[in-house]
Amino acid sequence: MSTATEHVEHTDGHEAEHHGLSDKQYIYVALILAALTAIEVSTYYIDFGPFFMPTLFILMTVKFVTVVSYFMHLKFDNKLFTYLFYSGLILAICVYCGFLATFKFFLQKG
Amino acid sequence: MAETAISHDHDASHGAHSSTGLSNNKLGMWMFLGSECLLFGGLISTYMLYKGRVNSGPQPNKIFDIPFTSVSSFVLLMSSLTMVLAVSAAQRKDERNMNLWLIITALLGATFVGGQVYEFTSFYREGLGFTTSLFGSSFYTLTGFHGVHVSVGIIMLMALVGMNRNNRIPGDRAEVVELIGLYWHFVDIVWIVIFTLVYLIPS
Repeated sequence: MSTATEHVEHTDGHEAEHHGLSDKQYIYVALILAALTAIEVSTYYIDFGPFFMPTLFILMTVKFVTVVSYFMHLKFDNKLFTYLFYSGLILAICVYCGFLATFKFFLQKG
Repeated sequence: MAETAISHDHDASHGAHSSTGLSNNKLGMWMFLGSECLLFGGLISTYMLYKGRVNSGPQPNKIFDIPFTSVSSFVLLMSSLTMVLAVSAAQRKDERNMNLWLIITALLGATFVGGQVYEFTSFYREGLGFTTSLFGSSFYTLTGFHGVHVSVGIIMLMALVGMNRNNRIPGDRAEVVELIGLYWHFVDIVWIVIFTLVYLIPS
């Protein structure tokens, strides 16, 4: 995954930057995501003890960020897109954590 | 005057660009996806709050079929791969492969939706209706909204294939494919969260 930027020649002669990975690299990323999903599913069959919840949350976050960064090209695109998307996401997390805290959701689980 | 007209044509073929030099269409799509986080955040947190509220009907851990849902999740994950391959082909101006990957993505999406319909039907037969319990209402609302998003994505993909065959895609074709790809990947990342929080974490 060393080369992250390719150049594509347009038919009108202009050269436009094509940000992203090669097709082969996309397949590698998909294989990693499939392996992470397999580990996630294994938590249903294997007792992870106290590591159950942290493992699931870490795997979910890694899969989420991988799809957003590589398949949605945020890693290679303009940073403004990253700010737009993650500001919505962080706002949603803050608002709904506050909402759940209002209903004492975290105290019940704790 | 002629130069201005040519300049406008060039802008139209590559999508309108903002003062930042970025495509307005792409900016709009990312803002839309950011706002969609709030929609699904609301549905997910409502489900989290109500998943233990089962006064009547089956409990979540009694009806969830994890092996079946795992296969559905895998299918949707692989549809993200085929979508990104379609975007890649569009950027190379390889129309044949672009159409092929778009059709495969739509078929994988349809398989996922078919699986969801089967799941809903089997849950209903086991006694979990929309109004059976707060768990049932919040579960069907959350996963149903996601299913509708996938269905809208399938319609957009098929419309894209049809429009491309008739050469009726306005502006920059690669950008249009990329925008629909962004929506499709978003639907996938929402399912990544739903699969973990709804199915894998017990109530």
